[in-house]
Amino acid sequence: MDLDYSQFLSMSHEVSLVVVLIFLLLADLIIKNKKVFQYLAIAVFALHTVAGFCYYTGMAGDAFAGMYVSGAAQSFVKNILNVGTLLVFFFSFEWNNNENKNGVGEFFFLTLSTLIGMYFMVSAGDFLFFYIGLETASIPMAALVAMNKKGTEGAEAAAKYILTASFSSGVMLFGISLIYGACGSLYFDEVQAAFTDITPLHIFALVCFIAGVGFKISLVPFHFWTADTYQGAPTGVTAYLSVISKGAAVFAFMCILYKAFVNEPDVWQGILWWLIVITITIGNLFALRQKNLKRFLAFSSISQAGYIMLGVYASSQTGMSSTIYYILIYMFTNLAAFGIISAIENKTGKVGMDDYNGLYTTNPKLAFAMTLAMFSLGGIPPFAGFFSKFFIFASVAESKVFGDYLLVFLALLNTIISLYYYLLVVKAMFINKSESPIETIKIDVMSRVALLVCVIAILVIGFISSIYMNIYDISFGFAN
Amino acid sequence: MIPVEAYLVVSTLLFFIGVYGFFVRKNLIGILMAVELILNAVNINFVVFNRFLYPDHLEGYMYSLFVIVVAAAETAIAISIIINVYRKLSNIRVDSINELKN
Repeated sequence: MDLDYSQFLSMSHEVSLVVVLIFLLLADLIIKNKKVFQYLAIAVFALHTVAGFCYYTGMAGDAFAGMYVSGAAQSFVKNILNVGTLLVFFFSFEWNNNENKNGVGEFFFLTLSTLIGMYFMVSAGDFLFFYIGLETASIPMAALVAMNKKGTEGAEAAAKYILTASFSSGVMLFGISLIYGACGSLYFDEVQAAFTDITPLHIFALVCFIAGVGFKISLVPFHFWTADTYQGAPTGVTAYLSVISKGAAVFAFMCILYKAFVNEPDVWQGILWWLIVITITIGNLFALRQKNLKRFLAFSSISQAGYIMLGVYASSQTGMSSTIYYILIYMFTNLAAFGIISAIENKTGKVGMDDYNGLYTTNPKLAFAMTLAMFSLGGIPPFAGFFSKFFIFASVAESKVFGDYLLVFLALLNTIISLYYYLLVVKAMFINKSESPIETIKIDVMSRVALLVCVIAILVIGFISSIYMNIYDISFGFAN
Repeated sequence: MIPVEAYLVVSTLLFFIGVYGFFVRKNLIGILMAVELILNAVNINFVVFNRFLYPDHLEGYMYSLFVIVVAAAETAIAISIIINVYRKLSNIRVDSINELKN
């Protein structure tokens, strides 16, 4: 059988990233100076990112008989993931130069392999393709988590991550196998046509599937690995895990719900309603009592995942665009917070909240950037986080059903709780006195550039309304 | 001929034994074995559905092949991480990996 090679053209994002990957693998063998290698890797990946914005979006299309689907929305999400990964590379520069001297090549190779997996996940048109993407994204991730060589933390975090990841994909696969049994196909559009009557088999399949994906997005009954893995992993990897990996998983999950299960939205909306409420609430309540900033951000990211799922719950074109918008803003905001934590951890090794007491007196710029990030995460008006929360609440309230209003109300209540603990960090930096605050540190140029990008994004993205309009135009909502 | 239900009973039992094992085993390798049970239950499901319900397609067979390959890769990584844990703690009991949290 002849293969039509021209269909690879519609996969230009993936093909380009594979080329980058192979190039870096070979360059790692030749270039002995690790600093030069890092500059090269970042430059090549930046090229790929720019090309993604300029050229690849127009080439999107289907490939492999509909197993691979790529449209404007998928391309846009891939571009977001590219930008986020680039920022993570910038933030990890210092860590790669010092602690991770012997693993620089591996770091880039593993990170980009997971990114390929996320591309596949985002572009899946079939459960098989989605599964392969998910595993390509999560198996190298375990190796990345284990790159923290300090003490037993890295090993422990990686063991917890890989065991829960493989368990969750097992549960998800069981759901997929029952969907196959009920529908006789694995293509999303054929499942959509067959998934019309609701039997216990359908519901159990859906529950298994949502539980499996819920592990990856760390929704609440399935969140136990999150805090430990986030704390034990190197900070750059934690940032990557909490933003890029989560964003890709949410988008892929949303595509599947909107494409394959569009005919029976009541069933999965009912499940998601409860998941969202307990995710936001439990995430918030646990975040209140964290003393370690990485753990704190882990629980904060659990509760943020609940907010992101609100857009998925809304199941309309507005829901989809506000989800993508939320992912975009959440990425800049969370990366800013992680970037500051990682910079301070690299210089001083301190990650406790008490260590940040009096940070304003010694490092006013860092304290200011951290304040912006916390305000944005909490959703205080002039910053980007407010706009993303506003759009996502609006998309749910659009349907004018009592249950949806109640959901928005509960989410709003939780926003108030979350303000309290986000402001605790601000209070520690500005108000609390400390005998020995963190000394004045000079962070490296790379982190500084990335931090500047994040801060500018937090300040201005909300006011550039054309961004949201563009996202709205490319979202497809319920595919009919 | 053995009916479809008989196969499905076996696969469902296998799945829940796997889930049970995942939660109660105290040894990391034991947990990994429980996960393998779940994946095998999935494979049985795919093959049975394909053979009995949709015999004119190959999707289920293909999927189970992919599951086997990916499970092998996953096990390789998991075992290397468990070896890493063993090197650092010289045992692989679940209750000994509780350093994180404070």
